Amino acid sequence: MAAMNGRGHHKPAKYSAFTLVRRGLTGEPWPRAWRTHDLRPSYDAVIIGAGVHGLATAYYLATNHHITNVAVLDRGYVGGGGSGRNTAIVRSNYLTPEGVRFYDRSVKLYERLSADLNFNVMFSQRGHLTLAHNDASLRTMRWRAEVNKLEGVDSEVIGPDEIKKLVPFMDVGDDTRYPILGALYHPPGGTIRHDAVNWGYARGADALGVEIHQNTEVLGIDVRDGAVKGVQTSRGPISAPVVVNCTAGWSSLISAMAGVELPIITHPLQAAVTEPVKVFLEAVVVSGTLHVYVSQTDRGELVFGASTDPYASYSMRGSLEFTEELAGHVLELMPSIAKMRVLRQWAGLCDMTPDFSPVMGVTPVDGFLVDVGWGTYGFKAGPVSGEAMAELIATGKTPEIIASFDLARFAEGRLVGEKGAAAVGH
Amino acid sequence: MILVPCPWCGSRNSQEFRYVGESRARPDPATATPEEWRSYLYVKTNAAGWATETWFHRNGCRRYLTLERHTVTNEIRGATKPAAQRRTAGGGA
Repeated sequence: MAAMNGRGHHKPAKYSAFTLVRRGLTGEPWPRAWRTHDLRPSYDAVIIGAGVHGLATAYYLATNHHITNVAVLDRGYVGGGGSGRNTAIVRSNYLTPEGVRFYDRSVKLYERLSADLNFNVMFSQRGHLTLAHNDASLRTMRWRAEVNKLEGVDSEVIGPDEIKKLVPFMDVGDDTRYPILGALYHPPGGTIRHDAVNWGYARGADALGVEIHQNTEVLGIDVRDGAVKGVQTSRGPISAPVVVNCTAGWSSLISAMAGVELPIITHPLQAAVTEPVKVFLEAVVVSGTLHVYVSQTDRGELVFGASTDPYASYSMRGSLEFTEELAGHVLELMPSIAKMRVLRQWAGLCDMTPDFSPVMGVTPVDGFLVDVGWGTYGFKAGPVSGEAMAELIATGKTPEIIASFDLARFAEGRLVGEKGAAAVGH
Repeated sequence: MILVPCPWCGSRNSQEFRYVGESRARPDPATATPEEWRSYLYVKTNAAGWATETWFHRNGCRRYLTLERHTVTNEIRGATKPAAQRRTAGGGA
């Protein structure tokens, strides 16, 4: 363990074909991707939540702003919450111009992430289809396509014949319960290996001197004279002038410790995966009407997600209703996969806001920042959120790209309505 | 499956109901400032534990009920008729 302790920069083992062969031949063990540390009494910034948002914030603080005296705390383990439970879909075909710009920046960061982190995140830009089953959703697709094009994002509305070419197994006939009228086709969208993103950011931040503390629960937040002073943890107190809440499903509970109320309701979201089969589905397929999204992993499993459970809950138990409804809807789209078997199902917690946009930036408590309200679309926004939050921490000024996602918008009535593009369309 | 004890219909599958949200005191629309009204609309306690909630029996009696539910275990320990409806409801209709 002694070798893993210690502070400051260290040079991690570089991942390459050469080192793979060398270590394969010599049997030399791989070092741990990130170190463990004793908790210190103070840091320049404490980030709560070691998911993609917290780790990316720490990583960009270190790379872009050279702030490395930072602790990332997590009650559980790296990527154990929503960052490891989502369905790993990345896209930028949103509805509002600010939403499109924001997610497009994230896609751009994801495109170069493997090289930046020296960690293969398996970003596969295989194309993303959002199906329209009625005139209203077709109109929304057209609206999104035009907003996307204005912002320089590749999106187009296509008809059933073109959908059939992209996904031959899809039933595009007009004799189904919900006939497919068209789709919003978004070629840069795709899937990514979410665990690799979490681990890559953790390894990158650790190499630059950030301390990652797993199994470290935040029990309280110290606030005096309207400013944050530090946190109480299960391993002792920490003083810090900046505390960032990056905790998704638990964000209301953490913010309440600082006396900040949020417009957030926590809903579970269930997902499932089938046994692996030969690859037959290239694009990511989403249907808002049928509350389902499907993609096939490189290993061959079909990954399914649905809409959130219809009531607030912190329970992550699966339900039979979910599996039944999901299977019915998937078979509506692709009847030929009826004999595939579901391997497992799981749930994650989503922090839903009233306008389906996140809550980012400053709060009434000085130094207490939030990057929450990510609902069902947080993973794809990890890199850009981390970059923006790091800039806010380093400069004290809210970056333009997240200005409209501020907490004050709810009291001032400036909601950023993304329901048309974010409610189910992952 | 979660069973919701509707005070009018008895125990029913939660899928028959619509979750309306946690119960909060409604400010007087005549005197509330826009900020107070928006806070009533948007801000939530979002408790991890016992919560008092409003549910609507959509595919049943189509009436509202107040539920005491544990949001971590989904255990339900009480369902009552909302205060405004208690006088007239009387268990019938």
